[in-house]
Amino acid sequence: MVDPTAETLQRTPLYELHRSLGAKLVPFAGYEMPVQYPQGILAEHLHTRSKAGLFDVSHMGQIRLRGAGAASALETLCPGDIQALGPMRQRYTLFTNEHGGILDDLIVTNARDHLFVVVNAGCKVTDIAHLRRHLEPKISVEVLADHALLALQGPQAAVVMARLAPGLAAMTFMTAAEVSLGGAPCMVTRSGYTGEDGFEISVPASRAESLAKRLLGEPEVAPIGLGARDSLRLEAGLCLYGHDIDETTTVIEADLAWAYHKRRRAEGGFPGAAVLQRQLADGPPRKRVGILPDGRAPAREHTEITDGANRVGEITSGGFGPTVGGPIAMGYVKTAHAAPGTALSLVVRGTPRPARIVKLPFFTPRYYRGK
Amino acid sequence: MADIRYSKDHEWVRREGDAAVVGITDYAQNQLGDVVYVELPEIGRKVEQGGEAAVVESVKAASEVYAPVSGEVVAANELLSGEPGRVNAEPMGEGWFFKIKLSDPKQLDALMDEAAYKKYIEGLS
Repeated sequence: MVDPTAETLQRTPLYELHRSLGAKLVPFAGYEMPVQYPQGILAEHLHTRSKAGLFDVSHMGQIRLRGAGAASALETLCPGDIQALGPMRQRYTLFTNEHGGILDDLIVTNARDHLFVVVNAGCKVTDIAHLRRHLEPKISVEVLADHALLALQGPQAAVVMARLAPGLAAMTFMTAAEVSLGGAPCMVTRSGYTGEDGFEISVPASRAESLAKRLLGEPEVAPIGLGARDSLRLEAGLCLYGHDIDETTTVIEADLAWAYHKRRRAEGGFPGAAVLQRQLADGPPRKRVGILPDGRAPAREHTEITDGANRVGEITSGGFGPTVGGPIAMGYVKTAHAAPGTALSLVVRGTPRPARIVKLPFFTPRYYRGK
Repeated sequence: MADIRYSKDHEWVRREGDAAVVGITDYAQNQLGDVVYVELPEIGRKVEQGGEAAVVESVKAASEVYAPVSGEVVAANELLSGEPGRVNAEPMGEGWFFKIKLSDPKQLDALMDEAAYKKYIEGLS
């Protein structure tokens, strides 16, 4: 008898492959996803930083925006300079609300005859509705429901990808190419969420398993789950939507002003522009920072941060960094306490533990900028 | 061979005279994943059966280790502070957590023996 209280979880095109690889599957953003494989999170994290890790990120939303003026239309929803994106180039941006808060973070690619947009799985439904409401009918919003998304990340990723298509090794960070991989038409971008060199591959769902198997057949490649994906991105200082950024954190508070480009600062024309301008001028009341506990105890999300006496902030992402070799965290603190080196206390299981603010990232990214 | 007893929370207890060694089982370490940090009780702390005695953390989350029997903590495995991974590698041996001087040795009799624990974990999967 079916348990009426059980969530109906969606599955990606690689579900059977994950099962055959012995994945531990857990619910994530409405999908049944691998949190780890038999080698475990620690080994998967370290493997990605030394060789090449293959991630299934098909749960994320993939969207094509078509129509004349798609870039300027998208700019009405985000603080980024999308019109300046050259052909086959991509950039990180954010959907904002009227308070300058963040509805989602996303990657936009200028794919010549369309904009290719990748959004978070947890925000997929609301992002698509948001795009439809504000861009249609002038710009068409096509959801690529029949495409999988794979990520190959690590110092050996380029060597592996070059075996499938030699030209891929020459791609630089944040660029895209339409390539046939194993006979399947793919959109490949040189980007990722780990701080390593790597590629993301949008592939038709029917070809996803064979492409994944082909990549896993390469000696450098191992399958990596969402557990290691989280520890990798935390070491790289990258935000996780719903944790480090959300509707209550502004672009400036989140230390993402680098994604708020010069022309947009002058022109505005997106939700919350006035709030962001004010925060740029006056400084934000709080800031997202890196936090390094002095001891060995990890400090997790929601841990209170004090200056020894009073609450000054809260951790939004915290755990253990296998490459760093110890506990790491990100959180928000009142601006007066945000300078690197500032000593703080983290209240873990009722006991204050010493920590200090550090500059992000914990692990220096190794993106490929070309020869 | 010393008789080992098991709690429903996947702790094991092995009697050593009027003390007992406590750790977590192979099933527990497998469920947890890679252990990255262990917080052990101070020597002299009095623990009650079922009360929180230690904390074991994996990459993803913190879990409580409960005292399977009541007593006073007389030793804690210092090895785990530098090598938390021992809990995964040798959960029944070098990965032990702490030793308790038993205040009520009869509590051991009510815990599961090896066969009962095996049946118990089979029922969980």
